[in-house]
Amino acid sequence: MTNHWVDIKNADVVMVMGGNPAEAHPCGFKWVIEAKAHNKAKLVVIDPRFTRTAAVADVFAQIRPGADIAFLGGVIRHLLEKDAIHKEYVSSYTNAAFVVREDYKFDEGLFSGWDEAGNKYDKATWTYETGADGFAVVDPTLQHPRCVYQLLKQHFARYTPQVVEDITGIPQAKFLQIADIIASTAAPNRTMTHLYALGWTQHTVGAQNIRAMAMIQLLLGNVGMAGGGVNALRGHSNIQGLTDLGLLSDLLPGYMTVPRENDTDLDTYLAKRTLKPARPGQMSYWQNYPKFFVSMQKAWFGKAATKENAWAYDFLPKLDKVYDVLTVMELMFQGKVNGYVCQGFNPLASFPHKQKLIDGLSKLKFLVTIDPLATETSTFWKNMGDINDVDPTKIQTEVFRLPSGCFAEEDGSLVNSGRTLQWHWKAADPPAEAKADTEIVGELFTRIRALYQKEGGTFPDPILGLAWDYKIPNKPSPDEIAREFNGKALGDIPDPKDKTKTLAKAGEQLATFAHLQDDGTTACGNWLFCGSWTQAGNNMARRDPSDPSGLGLTPAWGWSWPANRRILYNRASADPAGKPWDPKRKLIWWAGEKWAGNDVPDFKIDSKPEEGMSPFIMNPEGVGRLFGTDKMADGPFPEHYEPVESPSANALHPKVGHTPAARIFKGDRGNMGKPDEFPYAATTYRLTEHFHFWSKHTRIGAVLQPELFVELDEVLAQKKGIKNGDRIQVRSKRGRIVAKAMVTKRIKPLKIAGKEVHTVGIPIHWGWEGLTKPGHLANTLTPFVGDANVQTPEFKAFLVDVEKVLDRA
Amino acid sequence: MALQSLDVKQRSASTTVPPGVRETLEVAKLIDVSKCIGCKACQAACMEWNDLRDDVGIVQGFYDNPADLTDRSWTVMRFYEEEMPLKGPAGGTENVLQWLIVKDGCLHCEDPGCLRACPAPGAIVQYSNGIVDFAQENCIGCGYCQTGCPFNIPRFSAKDQKAYKCTLCSDRVAVGLAPACVKTCPTQALTFGSKEDMLDLAGARITELKERGFDKATVYDPAGVKGTHVVFVLPHGDPALYRLPVNPEVSPLVAMWRSGVAKTLGVLTMVAVVVGGIFHYMKVGPLEVKDDEAKET
Repeated sequence: MTNHWVDIKNADVVMVMGGNPAEAHPCGFKWVIEAKAHNKAKLVVIDPRFTRTAAVADVFAQIRPGADIAFLGGVIRHLLEKDAIHKEYVSSYTNAAFVVREDYKFDEGLFSGWDEAGNKYDKATWTYETGADGFAVVDPTLQHPRCVYQLLKQHFARYTPQVVEDITGIPQAKFLQIADIIASTAAPNRTMTHLYALGWTQHTVGAQNIRAMAMIQLLLGNVGMAGGGVNALRGHSNIQGLTDLGLLSDLLPGYMTVPRENDTDLDTYLAKRTLKPARPGQMSYWQNYPKFFVSMQKAWFGKAATKENAWAYDFLPKLDKVYDVLTVMELMFQGKVNGYVCQGFNPLASFPHKQKLIDGLSKLKFLVTIDPLATETSTFWKNMGDINDVDPTKIQTEVFRLPSGCFAEEDGSLVNSGRTLQWHWKAADPPAEAKADTEIVGELFTRIRALYQKEGGTFPDPILGLAWDYKIPNKPSPDEIAREFNGKALGDIPDPKDKTKTLAKAGEQLATFAHLQDDGTTACGNWLFCGSWTQAGNNMARRDPSDPSGLGLTPAWGWSWPANRRILYNRASADPAGKPWDPKRKLIWWAGEKWAGNDVPDFKIDSKPEEGMSPFIMNPEGVGRLFGTDKMADGPFPEHYEPVESPSANALHPKVGHTPAARIFKGDRGNMGKPDEFPYAATTYRLTEHFHFWSKHTRIGAVLQPELFVELDEVLAQKKGIKNGDRIQVRSKRGRIVAKAMVTKRIKPLKIAGKEVHTVGIPIHWGWEGLTKPGHLANTLTPFVGDANVQTPEFKAFLVDVEKVLDRA
Repeated sequence: MALQSLDVKQRSASTTVPPGVRETLEVAKLIDVSKCIGCKACQAACMEWNDLRDDVGIVQGFYDNPADLTDRSWTVMRFYEEEMPLKGPAGGTENVLQWLIVKDGCLHCEDPGCLRACPAPGAIVQYSNGIVDFAQENCIGCGYCQTGCPFNIPRFSAKDQKAYKCTLCSDRVAVGLAPACVKTCPTQALTFGSKEDMLDLAGARITELKERGFDKATVYDPAGVKGTHVVFVLPHGDPALYRLPVNPEVSPLVAMWRSGVAKTLGVLTMVAVVVGGIFHYMKVGPLEVKDDEAKET
């Protein structure tokens, strides 16, 4: 989240699209109710079905799965046409004025630079024109035909209300009603918060869905404001912490990136990532990358990381390509993976195309699962009749199950969606022989290291050089790990402003990432977490609910990254002169000599307004990007592309249906269904009664939602002779599931360009382990394709057929 | 389960005089349907606090699970899909779908039909704070409480043949805690306090809802049972939409059966039978078996 949970209460409009927080985040949803009850906020919900969130909405619109960008594009057009934008914000704080290179083009569904053979874009043209001074060219009048503002107008001119209706199924009147509600927040004293979750990410255009909303929020001046922002509601407890710590195959802690093959030495690696300002007087905070990186290497490798060996740069693996989850499963399917360790993970249930996964898992030599529960992945080899029809005699994979504890059985911190780290305390010991995850990893590591010590190996240095200074090496404590993430001074750190003073003495915990050094005198496991456990103690354990500003910032409750800042980009909450846009929503302001306020300023603390530094200090250009430059794999502007499996042709450019940059493996192209055989648009989702595939192991969860069902509209049900509660079969190109039918008014047939399109809703929570009625895995049906940028599978839009099951099993 | 820390105001099939020294507050739970998201956390909390574990059922084509109240599910969320004429985007009225989510369970009537119907002394009690509670150790399993209840709440256990229902967590309330369902509700759709405060709160919500266009919003605190200690805010007004009885009242038969008239009538009947018997004896003498009749057998 750019903002945080409590901040939702400050919104005038709460927009929910690509998420269902009442269902998936009922506790956080209290702040939406609070905004409605005490801030007279309007709740707008757009979803493929009428959800529990819609049950308390002021306005609801049913959208066809995968048509979000058509809607959002229509909103952008509407805002520009009605001039319902926050003009001073747009001209000062976004790249609206930046002039784009002449050879950038968009034509018939393709951006310039499409490389058909390489199946990817060459993004060279997606950037600004550079002036003689080496900086990007801007036109503050916004009149230049190639300035971002004009290109934006041009690009989205096609998204008329009629086009929106034809693609999304939302009637024009309803669309305009919602667009006007959104537009009302262009006023400086009104804000809209936007809440989304996996309903947006799980598309081949997932990242662009979110970008489109970020652009809308920039146009409205809602980024950096209390009650505004673009807010990702994370799908698991601590998945925010997972990404913060870089537990993705191409990330390092704090959103640094794993070196690529061609980053042959440290200088090459750092040069690409140490971004210089693209406009005069801008901060470009990533200029500090070397400090974050060297400090991380010191935390990881300690004494083994020296100036002479380039801070052990060669200890890090170098990627030849991204090993995202789909790639790993594809390689497994090809028989190229020997062993697979999944910790707190149930990939058989969580990834698409179950049969392909079963084939892959069956080719492994060994599989290790570390989990508190028996997962379907760990029993993928078990024949469960119709719901898992495998032949165990033909599967040779050796499976090891290491029982771990759960969150309540260990100390530690969780990072919530609002970036707040909250410490929690162990309530009970793990049962029987189960151990905390840290202990399991500690045991594994110390034994592997002992093997390397004894037997050597091709390159034992990273393992032998890893700093592992925990009191009990096979049982690192959460305290020790948390302190390590925060970081400490390895030598005295002199104060650059007054050399007689020090910022920190050797051995002390660091107070802030501003004190990090690139000369090996600081160690820090994750620069973003620096400040969470200082000399003053564990800030994550703070529980002071006081809220002096009344805006719900609660600065002494837990600790938020970065720097205990509660609202990102909060410099944008004040006008260029440093005065808050809205006196009711004062976050920070220029106080004469420095920036002060209710939140920690997201800005250079002493940069005078007249110096012209812009609020988006992480970007080299200092402003928010309406034009995404080369940061996205699939285009600098969002564009409506159909899901890979779609009931409709692309109304904007029939020749380019789905995004050309989607992640599709060759072997899967034949596994995609066509609407003549699979006519219905399907989508998958969660229910409030269950958490993924865990809570079906609890009796109460099982009582509250006991059995797999599939939702379909009354017209389709009647056509197929299906009655409420009947057993039905749902088929995709990749498999079939059998479920109870739930015939509902909450899904309606949609008119898509004159054709009737039905939506079939498939909740995901069942399997063959646990206390609920055994059921098929929903991912038996889903397609093995991913988002162009981050490879998230397209679970939210695919094709199925539905029929009644006559033979009662 | 009767608790010593709560004063008993009424006791089934008894004429005990309630204690009168302590001044206790009448309590109420407010269910604001306009804030409810149907997350069923209240159902889970009810099972947790009261140590209830219902059977793992099946899906019958609805979100309601378990499908009905049972001896081990004292509250269930009910989901009703209603299309109703509301204001549309163009200004005129259009049929708009509403998903009405209602928390079903005992309403704790001020004049409880169950208690009035119950023939087992002390099986049903009402505390001075208004909570109506079943004391299963006194229950004889006759089912009269079901007949007496205008809301169809009590359920029988196949295990012990006794009646069960929501206690409004009388054990928690007795020590100054809110009921478990209220404690767990994430959106404050459930609140708990004095009946007076809850009615004030409900009134404020009605004003807010009317401002938002819910012209018919109303408070459900039915007079037919002299008000309830579980009060609803109904944004669309009409209780029938929410499957709540429009004018619930204790059945006249039950009212009569436990009323003074019925009691007097019963006593009179008994006296009349005894008197009649005496007269019969005086007139006809004792009923004797004649010798020839005895021989026949």
